[in-house]
Amino acid sequence: MPAIHIQNLNKSYSHKISALKNVSFDVAEGEVFGVVGPDGAGKSTLFNILTTLILPDSGEISVLHKDIIKDYLEIRKSIGYLPGTFSLYPDLTVEENLIFFATMYKSRIKDNMSLIRPIWQQLLPFKNRYAGKLSGGMKQKLALCCALIHKPSLLFLDEPTTGVDPVSRKEFWEILGSIKQQNITVIVSTPYMDEATLCDRIALFKDGSIVTMDTPQQIIQNFAGTLYTLRTSNIFNLLNIMKHFSCNCTFYPYGENLHIIFYENTSTALPQFENFLKENHQSYDHLTQITPTIEDCFIELTSQKIAL
Amino acid sequence: MKIPFISHTAEIKDSPYSIEVKELTKVYGKFTAVDHLTFNVKKGEIFGFLGANGAGKTTAIRMLCSLLQPTSGEATIAGFDLRKNAKSIKKNIGYMSQRFSLYDDLTIYENMQLFGTVYGIPHKELKNRIFESLKILNLEDKYKTLVYSIPLGWKQKLSFATAMLHRPQIVFLDEPTSGVDPIVRREFWNLIYEAASKGVTIFVTTHYMDEAEYCERVSIMSNGQLKLIGTPTELKETMQVDSIEKVFVKFVDR
Repeated sequence: MPAIHIQNLNKSYSHKISALKNVSFDVAEGEVFGVVGPDGAGKSTLFNILTTLILPDSGEISVLHKDIIKDYLEIRKSIGYLPGTFSLYPDLTVEENLIFFATMYKSRIKDNMSLIRPIWQQLLPFKNRYAGKLSGGMKQKLALCCALIHKPSLLFLDEPTTGVDPVSRKEFWEILGSIKQQNITVIVSTPYMDEATLCDRIALFKDGSIVTMDTPQQIIQNFAGTLYTLRTSNIFNLLNIMKHFSCNCTFYPYGENLHIIFYENTSTALPQFENFLKENHQSYDHLTQITPTIEDCFIELTSQKIAL
Repeated sequence: MKIPFISHTAEIKDSPYSIEVKELTKVYGKFTAVDHLTFNVKKGEIFGFLGANGAGKTTAIRMLCSLLQPTSGEATIAGFDLRKNAKSIKKNIGYMSQRFSLYDDLTIYENMQLFGTVYGIPHKELKNRIFESLKILNLEDKYKTLVYSIPLGWKQKLSFATAMLHRPQIVFLDEPTSGVDPIVRREFWNLIYEAASKGVTIFVTTHYMDEAEYCERVSIMSNGQLKLIGTPTELKETMQVDSIEKVFVKFVDR
């Protein structure tokens, strides 16, 4: 039995805004499942429904084999939830917050200390500081401790790394790896495409629907075109010129490189492209075929042409 | 009351730089949030301002926007002295924050009208400018739409256009693309690039390291100090890595 089962979930808000459209998927026990997509994709709505905070309009949904409507109280006892916005008590100290959340779940800190010890140790020097006075990264670590202190079987992390710098993000994902080893199922949402590869399986969301769902490796393998990259000194200048290049392709900047997805046979398209660059006096190097990233896949799946 | 008309040709002292910062410092009690910051940003440059959370970026930006008094040090922003001409600085810069920038319950047009009026742009001229920028964003026929109902990506592009209405010399963008769709993120950078090509200085913070590669120069702050500054290529060569992400990780880990 899957830890989460969702069949034809729909949710809309007033003003006819449809937040989730016919969403179906399962999360297996012990899995790290990523809900990946930009703001407005429906990630938080999905989390609020699964954590029994709001009701769906329709759909058959069970969490830990229990119905989210009938058995919501049972579900709440066995899940941990890190909301997208900081939701601890700013006027309680670090330690008081942890005690509070442990007590709410009728558990004691010392019972499950082993689960949070590596993170808690980083917080120890600040244990008497008010939670509201912690830095962003520390707040997040404390929130994670509070979500774990009752040893939930399923952990919901709603955008734990949004607005967090790359080093702290890396650190946070390392912590997640250790949580997974404790046999806790994790469902995590993120707008950062590069974090998708750290999940066992991901669902790419856009505008309330699943664009695709699979292991990151399989999504990359299913990439529908041929991806090339090249390097140039002035990428935006090149992009302007490329507006006049007609081909069955999508192109966009990617860091210091230009990425171009060819949807047709590259044996003709590639020489045409090189010719075009030559005619327009564009100097470039490193024109090579590469394996796409999840971000490339997302772009490929959600657009045929970028409006530049 | 006659509201003075502001244009980007306000009196500027002759300098190739739009931002000149010397030993800028902010101390809160025993804590030095910004520690002797010294750097220049050229006119029309896209300048990336990176750093770990809590490194002091926001404090520094608030000082550069003349929203916060420095403890010590000097800065000239858009040709004006930070200590003497805070008001003139505000008129000549644009600012776009990560979250709040537009009113959800006003229409696109009303939002732009509100901000344009705050900056003292005369009514007729403002109307022209609003439709001019909506045309670029392909939102001309949506001007009566309430902001709450438009996608985040559009909102961010619209906030940018709104921050540019009074034709500032410098625009400060604080994580403008956080959480934005990968495609819209790139469209947004195209807007940035276009503004820069017209001579507007772009001062931008981001947690997307691929975006740091789009900047002409990048700086990295850590513990209140500016630790690294240079073109993306220079930084990668100095640190002997192949991406700014690795520069960042290697640097902040030290």
